Amino acid sequence: MARTRHVGLPRWLFAPALLAGVFVVLPVASMATRIAWGEFPTLVTSEAAGSALVLSLKTSTASTLLCLLFGIPLAAVLARSEARWLGVLRSLVLLPLVLPPVVGGIALLSTFGRQGLLGEHLETLGIRIAFSSIAVVLAQTFVSLPFLVVSLEGALRTAGERYDVVAASLGARPTTVLRRVTLPLVLPGLASGAVLAFARSLGEFGATITFAGSLEGTTRTLPLLIYNLRVTDADAAVAMSLVLVVVAVLVIGLVRPRGAL
Amino acid sequence: MTARVEVVVAERGVDVAFEVAEGETVALLGPNGAGKSTTLAVLGGLLRPDAGRVVLDDTVLTSCGPTGPPRWVAPHARRTALLAQDPLLFPHLSVLENVAFGPRSTGSGRREARAAAEHWLAEVDAGELADRRPAQLSGGQAQRVAVARALAAEPRLLLLDEPMAALDVAVAPALRTLLRRVLADRTTVIVTHHVLDALLLADRVVVIDGGRVVEQGTTGDVLARPRSAFAARFAGLNLVAGDATHDGVRRPDGVTVHGTPGDPPPVEGAAAVAVFRPSAVAVHREPPGGSPRNALPVVVTELEPLGDLVRVRAGDLAADVTVASVAELGLVPGAAVTFVVKATEVDVYSR
Repeated sequence: MARTRHVGLPRWLFAPALLAGVFVVLPVASMATRIAWGEFPTLVTSEAAGSALVLSLKTSTASTLLCLLFGIPLAAVLARSEARWLGVLRSLVLLPLVLPPVVGGIALLSTFGRQGLLGEHLETLGIRIAFSSIAVVLAQTFVSLPFLVVSLEGALRTAGERYDVVAASLGARPTTVLRRVTLPLVLPGLASGAVLAFARSLGEFGATITFAGSLEGTTRTLPLLIYNLRVTDADAAVAMSLVLVVVAVLVIGLVRPRGAL
Repeated sequence: MTARVEVVVAERGVDVAFEVAEGETVALLGPNGAGKSTTLAVLGGLLRPDAGRVVLDDTVLTSCGPTGPPRWVAPHARRTALLAQDPLLFPHLSVLENVAFGPRSTGSGRREARAAAEHWLAEVDAGELADRRPAQLSGGQAQRVAVARALAAEPRLLLLDEPMAALDVAVAPALRTLLRRVLADRTTVIVTHHVLDALLLADRVVVIDGGRVVEQGTTGDVLARPRSAFAARFAGLNLVAGDATHDGVRRPDGVTVHGTPGDPPPVEGAAAVAVFRPSAVAVHREPPGGSPRNALPVVVTELEPLGDLVRVRAGDLAADVTVASVAELGLVPGAAVTFVVKATEVDVYSR
């Protein structure tokens, strides 16, 4: 089959492009060379490793669902509403993207911690969030939400309102328009946003250790376990890192829709 | 359904009012930016006018400004289906699901909606397309399906915004014939730039220019005896506006066009128009003699092919001449010539 030839790129561009690719892939690959393959099966099937992996997958799934539950409405409001104060909100939603995660953890602690703004009242109701699995989910949701919102809002803006207008003129209520037209049309953007949010949750470390601590089985997710093992058992740390890399690659490679992301 | 429309949108300089009778198709004509699409948007509930009312039968759909208590019916509750020049079929739904969308959204069951969709697809001769995706349709097929989808929603008022504008000249006639059939007893407002749309689809035309209704009437009347510059151009006629004299019209610049006053003749001094066909105009290099003829000095602005003739435009006026004459007279943009037309070819009537 004949291939369309686009305007050629300057040849020198390929050198830095290749370098950038190598810069990302090489460290991950080097890690594989540091693995004690003989002990690898025992290292990654230890009880601590198993419980951390399960906890990571569970909390990341929960936080992705929370991101969808609240992120879809937020993205829709940001993309469609014309109110002026939304510009401010749009910038604020991006805050977790640029904040150091540890600052996010401190912020969450001052909200949901025992003496926190809301935590104080929750405490009197007998609800304790900090240093629980719920805290892990909240920390992950806090840092992941912008990924979903930004990705979905962009998709909504690109899709435009023309189909929504037609749907309404055919008699569809706003809820029907959202469910049957608006969201199906941005499904690729929604899926890639959800994948990004899940991947970000899976890798969450700073906010989690600050807000949820590192309690085995309750709040010690895979990244926290790896950080712990780094000091006590370097081989296990490297082995678990590889597991995390594999999971991350699976998530991005298998779940991401073609052509999106 | 009868519709009464009054629209004032200050920002766009629009202030129009007209009515659409039960089962009638009204064409909105006018130059770009005249306010046609703004009017359609107000009818469909997509735009809130500064002042005005939209009343469908006895239901007030829009009311704002000093015309009474404010009222606003949301677009989905108006039952005013919109068909634009782009078919905008939902790309993720099959053709059948697209057409069933309206019935499904307004509470019909799955089976009922499917039956309605099949009926309307058959009505537009697109039954065999039911299982296709919109991406697999040609432009003409897609617009056919869009017509079926709009009709399946059982609109009380159908809004068409240049539905043929994006189609190939080869497929537009078929769709126009289809629309002529399905619009027959339907209350419809159509915005168009095409004289054939007005002739074949519309019972009445409303001409909007500069945000105002400058003329309205039955399609035949307006196209045969236009009173506005736009309607004349739309009908392919020359129009000279001015004050009535005993046998013609005097333009503001003093040039008089003599013609045949209609019945009743316009009152002398009142606003009147002189209308004549471009084919009745002869082009001369030098002003000719002879009293029964009108001689209008003009400067050629552009030439355009018209079948085996050439339409010579000079500002608002046009003359149709043969290709040979164009060569012989050396007609090029900028050439100063005289348009000559016999008084018997000129109709004069009041504005």
